[in-house]
Amino acid sequence: MALWRNLALVAGLVVLVLAPFTQATYGTYVLCSWLIFAIAAMGLNLTLGYAGQISLAQASFMGIGAYTTALMTMAGIHWIFSVFAGMGLCFVVGLVLGYPALRVQHHFLAFITLAFATLAFLVMRNEDWLTGGVYGLVGIPRPDFGPISTMSQRSYYYFTLVVFLFAFAGFRWIVRSPWGRAFKALRENPIRANSLGVDTRLITLLAFAIGAAYGGLSGSLMAPLVQYIDPMSFTLIISLKILLMVVVGGSGYLFGPLLGAGLVIMLPEFLRFAESYYLMIYAGLVVILMVYCPTGLIGLIDKTAAAFKAKRVARGDLGQGAQL
Amino acid sequence: MIRNFALAALVAAGLGATAASAETIKLGNVAELSGSGATVGKAWTDAITMGVEEINAAGGVLGNQLELSSYDSQTDAQTSRALVQKAIDDGAFLILGTVYSGSTIVNMLVTQQQGIPQIVGSEAPAITQKGNPFIFRSSFGAHKSMPKIADYLKNGLGVSKVAVSWVNNEFGKGGHDAFVKEVTDRGIEVVADVSSEVAQADFAADVAKLKGSGAEAIFVYLHEEESARILRELNKQGVDVPIVGETTLLNQKVVELAGEAANGIMGHVGLTVDAPNPEIQEFGKRFSEKYGYKADHNAMKGYVAIYAAKTAIERAGELDRQKVADTLHSMTVKVSEVPNILLDVSWDETGEVSRESFLVEIQDGKSVVKDTLPAN
Amino acid sequence: MSEFMQVLISGLATGSIYALAAIGFTLLWQASQTINFAQGEFVMLQAFFVLIGMHVLGLALLPAIALALVVSVVLLGMVFKRVIIQPMLPHGVLPIVMATIGLAILMREMVKEFYSAEAQPFPSMFSESTFNVLGATVSYQDVGNLIVSAIAIVALQLFLGRTRTGRCMQATAQNPAVAEILGVNIQRMVLYTFMINAALATIASVLISPIYLAKFSIGEPIGLVAFLAAIVGGFNQVRGALAGGLLIGVIDNMSAAYLSSEYRIAGPMILLIVIILLRPQGLLGTSEGRTV
Repeated sequence: MALWRNLALVAGLVVLVLAPFTQATYGTYVLCSWLIFAIAAMGLNLTLGYAGQISLAQASFMGIGAYTTALMTMAGIHWIFSVFAGMGLCFVVGLVLGYPALRVQHHFLAFITLAFATLAFLVMRNEDWLTGGVYGLVGIPRPDFGPISTMSQRSYYYFTLVVFLFAFAGFRWIVRSPWGRAFKALRENPIRANSLGVDTRLITLLAFAIGAAYGGLSGSLMAPLVQYIDPMSFTLIISLKILLMVVVGGSGYLFGPLLGAGLVIMLPEFLRFAESYYLMIYAGLVVILMVYCPTGLIGLIDKTAAAFKAKRVARGDLGQGAQL
Repeated sequence: MIRNFALAALVAAGLGATAASAETIKLGNVAELSGSGATVGKAWTDAITMGVEEINAAGGVLGNQLELSSYDSQTDAQTSRALVQKAIDDGAFLILGTVYSGSTIVNMLVTQQQGIPQIVGSEAPAITQKGNPFIFRSSFGAHKSMPKIADYLKNGLGVSKVAVSWVNNEFGKGGHDAFVKEVTDRGIEVVADVSSEVAQADFAADVAKLKGSGAEAIFVYLHEEESARILRELNKQGVDVPIVGETTLLNQKVVELAGEAANGIMGHVGLTVDAPNPEIQEFGKRFSEKYGYKADHNAMKGYVAIYAAKTAIERAGELDRQKVADTLHSMTVKVSEVPNILLDVSWDETGEVSRESFLVEIQDGKSVVKDTLPAN
Repeated sequence: MSEFMQVLISGLATGSIYALAAIGFTLLWQASQTINFAQGEFVMLQAFFVLIGMHVLGLALLPAIALALVVSVVLLGMVFKRVIIQPMLPHGVLPIVMATIGLAILMREMVKEFYSAEAQPFPSMFSESTFNVLGATVSYQDVGNLIVSAIAIVALQLFLGRTRTGRCMQATAQNPAVAEILGVNIQRMVLYTFMINAALATIASVLISPIYLAKFSIGEPIGLVAFLAAIVGGFNQVRGALAGGLLIGVIDNMSAAYLSSEYRIAGPMILLIVIILLRPQGLLGTSEGRTV
């Protein structure tokens, strides 16, 4: 089983490496935004799928990362420093927002982040001196690493892929470490986790702050990709879109957000034939999926697989019965 | 999933290759076909489609047929950027659109980097002020229309204090900044400066502020529906100073939604099918016959854009993007040469247009052209 | 002074309509822990039911409203509860949130595609003529809106407090397990709540559309404000939602007039944060016993 899983991982990696060769510039651009949104969705998955908290501000954290990167790189500082600054800032903001919200009840983080998303948008739009206001910031450079430039779309894709793999490995480590098991305990049963000595409040707070930092990382990749940022890219609607990626893919699953992000970003391509009905079909599918399989697509796959397994077992019993 | 995508992508790439053909000039139209700008993008796209059909029926451009592909930007800047790239990948010789300034500012970077001429319907001044050699407008930037309005406020109405209501996005901010600069230059004081949100529904507080400011005229620079809402509220709170606007405020849709509250408003209009010119009226008739609704300024922008593209390619004499862009800079087209350009028009070296425009007043729910203002 | 009065009265008039949408929110939450992200679209859609009644079926305004009310109670009350919400109830809040977001998009797109992408004028039940109160202009429409909202809310309170069904609904909201033991048909009570929510949305829509115009995209801001009002007022109290709606209406207008029009929505948002920090159960809410 582990062998198969590793083989699948390697195969997936090979596909990711070869993918841009099948694509024109546009396709590579779409692949880049898929990986970038997948990072943001991964972060939200930690908050949502593992710590069980709804955050409506993931796009705002992307915005913080993107503006930090844009301002620092445009001032001549290397991208790599801006990433750490952006992620650090998001982590701190996450702690500050999360602390009072998690002090109280279940859904208050959702409400606080809702308010924060709106306030962050207003600051990005209104404080022209810092953020360029409604016009945003134009001409964000793509980073160089020694002799390697990421200026072309393909090289920027590989750059994004490398960062993505780091982020993915980090995420995997977090959820598999003893510390990550605490997340899992929290998700399965908060009350039991609490009684077993897990400091649920601290763990939840950390999950949210780390999730926010992932949002910042994806923003730091977004800014040089588009080479332009404006407040409209980081509104509540974008946060809901990321939320949708996580839930549709399957929250609490390692690969859920990847699948979800791919679907949300690429579905317009597949549904192009439907023209203006595209959004309707898409929204309809989301409703149906949630009604019939609230655990998302990965959950659906698991369910289907489980159904097959169950059948085999049943047949085995039958065979035994015949022998007796 | 990933493999599926790669497969689909391969298929798509294959389709793209077979569709390419030497007999046609491909045009990519990236417009707001869904999302909040859907009506704007639809009028723009319909007019372009009509223009392309007419041009092809008349033998095409330089003997080649035009092939138009439209892409839906969903009124989203990042999507529009990706789709401009897609249009270029699909072999577009020239890009038309977008109409929303917020999208254009983002996607014009792509055409600039790859040297593709792009004709847009956006009005934010910043677009032609960034030194982009491939960007062209088909309607005025706000910095072209605001001097005409400021002149009218000062000389036509004799106003010394004015209040401004504007929508806080690229479109509104650009117009607001240009307006404030022009009126201040003319010694008119701005006594209230009220911004509002896109899709704002409640204008009671905005109007209370405008009303209490002691302004002698109110300038409104909002999108269509918000314009209608503020006109109703101005009417309700009994504001009796002149209400002045730019193209959008005098749009037929605003008049229809605002009802009686629209009567008496006046302003400057860059393009209107109610203009007394025979070419424009002819266009308006063809458009409503084909699509069943009345053409607005966005449709006219699109129509001018496609004929500007046609004329520029013909004058360049060959399918060379750089040459077409060079031709468009400092190109002047007269209605006597190309009737469907609607009004005599010229482009300057930044891609900005210049042509005559109109002073319009709403009387009994109809827009009436009071005066024709010369090009500046 | 007259400007202040104007802002205050306008704020109360729109606030009373927000309250109607917010009350629906709190009712659904109490009865079934449903957070309905399509609440704004419910309000938006009703306006189009009325317009279809008038322009397609040729009805007068009042019959069209009655028709919209019936359609709404059936479609957005019964069908919504049975087909969409019910199967998800055992799975907690999140799938419901996502499904209602999907539903909101679906409704928006359907109106846009099958009716019109453009804003539509909507007839008012009340005269738009105005009179003066302490220097502020008030229209009969504003007064009418306040009165209708007030009647709807008082009637709802009486129904919940004075009738047997109403008390059963309250019992269900407070403790479903005990209510069931006492012989209350819980599913039926929850269904009633959904039907009442749909009816309130129709009333809100008929009141708000003449001012806001009927448009596919108008649900989003309404839903957001209703949500805010519900949290601020107290998620588990009808009168809380009323207070929240009025307060948000006034604060929104006040911050536009006196704080900064650029930071207008910051006013209600800051209020939200302060409320969560100081009084998480909301202004008039009572703290909930359940923690999970």
